[in-house]
Amino acid sequence: MDEVLLRSLTPSVLAVLVRRGADFAAAEDAVQDALVEAVRVWPADPPRDPKGWLVTVAWRKFLDAARSDAARRRRQDLVEEEPAPGPAPAVVDTLQLYFLCAHPSLTPSSAVALTLRAVGGLTTRQIAQAYLVPEATMAQRISRAKRTVSGVRFDQPGDVATVLRVLYLVFNEGYSGDVDLAAEAIRLTRQLAAASDHPEVAGLLALMLLHHARRAARTAPDGSLVPLAEQDRGRWDTKLIAEGVGILQAALARDRLGEFQAQAAIAALHADAPTAEETDWVQIVEWYDELTRLTDSPVVRLNRAVAVGEADGPRAGLAALAALDASLPRHTAVAAYLHERDGDLTTAARLYTEAAQKAPNLAERNHLTRQAARINSRRDGG
Amino acid sequence: MAKYLLLKHYRGAPAPANDVPMDQWTPEEISAHVQYMNDFAARLEKTGEFVDGQALAPEGTWVRYDGEGRPPVTDGPFAETKDLIAGWMVIDVDSYERAVELAGELSAAPGAGGKPIHEWLELRPFYGVSPTITE
Repeated sequence: MDEVLLRSLTPSVLAVLVRRGADFAAAEDAVQDALVEAVRVWPADPPRDPKGWLVTVAWRKFLDAARSDAARRRRQDLVEEEPAPGPAPAVVDTLQLYFLCAHPSLTPSSAVALTLRAVGGLTTRQIAQAYLVPEATMAQRISRAKRTVSGVRFDQPGDVATVLRVLYLVFNEGYSGDVDLAAEAIRLTRQLAAASDHPEVAGLLALMLLHHARRAARTAPDGSLVPLAEQDRGRWDTKLIAEGVGILQAALARDRLGEFQAQAAIAALHADAPTAEETDWVQIVEWYDELTRLTDSPVVRLNRAVAVGEADGPRAGLAALAALDASLPRHTAVAAYLHERDGDLTTAARLYTEAAQKAPNLAERNHLTRQAARINSRRDGG
Repeated sequence: MAKYLLLKHYRGAPAPANDVPMDQWTPEEISAHVQYMNDFAARLEKTGEFVDGQALAPEGTWVRYDGEGRPPVTDGPFAETKDLIAGWMVIDVDSYERAVELAGELSAAPGAGGKPIHEWLELRPFYGVSPTITE
């Protein structure tokens, strides 16, 4: 049984049912029933048209459920109509499903859960494991999300920016449980890119591919972080990098710049450098200027300060940093790094220790503590 | 999508505003207090924000390794002034603001006179998982 095929078909089957007028939650149940049936029947009797098979079975399951529901409530003839004729292009259906699952009325965590469930076809248990919450909690989160969007008209055009934010949240969640969320986010973004010609969708896909290409080099075997400058570039996935760069160039050529394209451009410049020393920091600073213009995000300004520190020296980086709110996440860690490069080891060690206490996860805390310890032993040693 | 630990303290926390020991409440007041917390947990389950919650017994023991082949040291059966945790709840919420809002709600559990006890709760973030991107 090809689980990947099943999962990739799920969203468009679901979308067909919803477009035919099925309530979102009921459609989802019917698709799940059809998937169970597929797992049972396909190994012995594989269909010629898997998607058509799933649509037919899911629609029958939906009608059965709707009929028995109607009967139970003594309301006859609620759903007797035959399916609406003439399926619309599947591409459009899938796109609408993405928009529905990332609807602005949902909280970010609900949108993420619903997207993984309905578009990604993951089980509730898999999503719960990935986010380290009980299965019952995730089930509630998903059914709440379904209720929230059940009144949403499906033919309204959605906001692609919201969809991209949700997919990027999934990508950035890191790795836990038995589902690789980064890979899942890439799969879903590929699917979205196939259904949409928006350059920012391509930008996000390029960004994910470029980040993902460096994944193997980012952690040591013991799980500790390896900073970009120290990564073994031989372990970067050159095929993914080439693909990401190609997608990015095509997107940039359309001259509708957005934040994901700009971020991907920065990632591409990192990926392009044969050694850390050969990184084109001047161009990276220029892209950060573009990003600042597009987003005006303090986090972008913080990253820009790092780039300025590399391009124009640590003093310039510290000057850029001084203009920013010190309570920003990782502000202290950046300050520690720039002070170290400037030769002020006492300040650097103190700031690394302070940054470790504010780190958002254990891997970063241990990394920053090690930085402080490294400088302290260097100072003690001479 | 960040997890927080809500800690209730037996001792060690600043005194609540409505500071009447539980054994001086009426049985109905105790029931109302317990009901409030159960309802709170049930509501969080429904919103998909509940992760875990447990109550802890008041007696705790400090334990320390005492060298090869020796049993671990404990601090003995005598009462200590250690800071005792009464129980915890783990929540998984979208923002720090939401976590504070929920902690405030839990702190409003009714006590003596049916009035909120304004209990101090400790709110601590969990370390998250390592994000995909750190550079």
